[in-house]
Amino acid sequence: MDLLQSVENEQLRADIPEFGPGDTVRVHVKVVEGNRERIQVFEGVVIGRRGKGSQETFTVRRVSYGVGVERVFPVHSRRIDKIEVLRRGHVRRAKLYYLRQLSGKAARIKEKRS
Amino acid sequence: MKGILGKKLGMTQVPLEDGTVVPVTVIQAGPCTVVQKKTATTDGYTALQLGFEPLPAAKVTKPLRGHFDKKHVQPVRYLREIKFSDPDSFDVGQEIKADIFAPGEKVHVTAMSKGKGYAGMIKRWGGRRGPMGHGSKFHRAPGTLAAPRSGSRVFPGRKMPGRMGFDRVTVKNLQVVRVDAERNLLLVKGSVPGTRGRLVIVRSAGR
Repeated sequence: MDLLQSVENEQLRADIPEFGPGDTVRVHVKVVEGNRERIQVFEGVVIGRRGKGSQETFTVRRVSYGVGVERVFPVHSRRIDKIEVLRRGHVRRAKLYYLRQLSGKAARIKEKRS
Repeated sequence: MKGILGKKLGMTQVPLEDGTVVPVTVIQAGPCTVVQKKTATTDGYTALQLGFEPLPAAKVTKPLRGHFDKKHVQPVRYLREIKFSDPDSFDVGQEIKADIFAPGEKVHVTAMSKGKGYAGMIKRWGGRRGPMGHGSKFHRAPGTLAAPRSGSRVFPGRKMPGRMGFDRVTVKNLQVVRVDAERNLLLVKGSVPGTRGRLVIVRSAGR
């Protein structure tokens, strides 16, 4: 089992910043179009992280043109160029699914005081 | 043809260079020792007998210990024969490691499948279930075995409940994704029969 674990640990990326639910992040995703690769930015609120190790994923939610868009990324995906943490949010739960019911002013997240 | 004995460690996922993630089974492949060479003159066929997982001498039976002593190799838990296309390039006592395979190669993986115990018609043969409610008393039973047209008897080979699993299963043409020569690990794309820790035989695909 420890060998299996070590294979998994090798997949982990060390360059991923610390972030959690409530934080606003900017994810730079590598997108392949035909034979060209470019970087697309997805910015939004992290509404949860699930799993552990190389299988861990996080969900980013943003409201674009009035439509809620959620994207799930593997934390250690090679398709992610980098993750920028823009704002640390103060939240009291691990999964912010309640944000889906809220809009406008109510959907704001207080900034964490450090 | 070449092959190696190994142990299934479990499954995980691994990214390729382009970032796509691939499901893999991690196999502890070797180190194996060549215990015996079967030759056409003495045995009528050629193969290499490989040993895997060393054991203390006290753990093997006396007849087997004699076999190991004669070849001057360490006693092992598993002995299996594998056909090699170039048996002459190996000597008795030589070590075979995971690096006989290279990434991208296709392999066949053989192992005993997980035992399912005494299984019914539905699980074992894919039979269909009766309604569970509405007064139906026919749930998961096998149903009709025969009819007067079949001579009012049950033909041999009729599919019926019984022991399922723990069969020798070969999964063919799995791609080797990664080879870790240092730790003797083979990462093979897809699933492999059996539980974690079970002996698997990895052979090169094709004949």
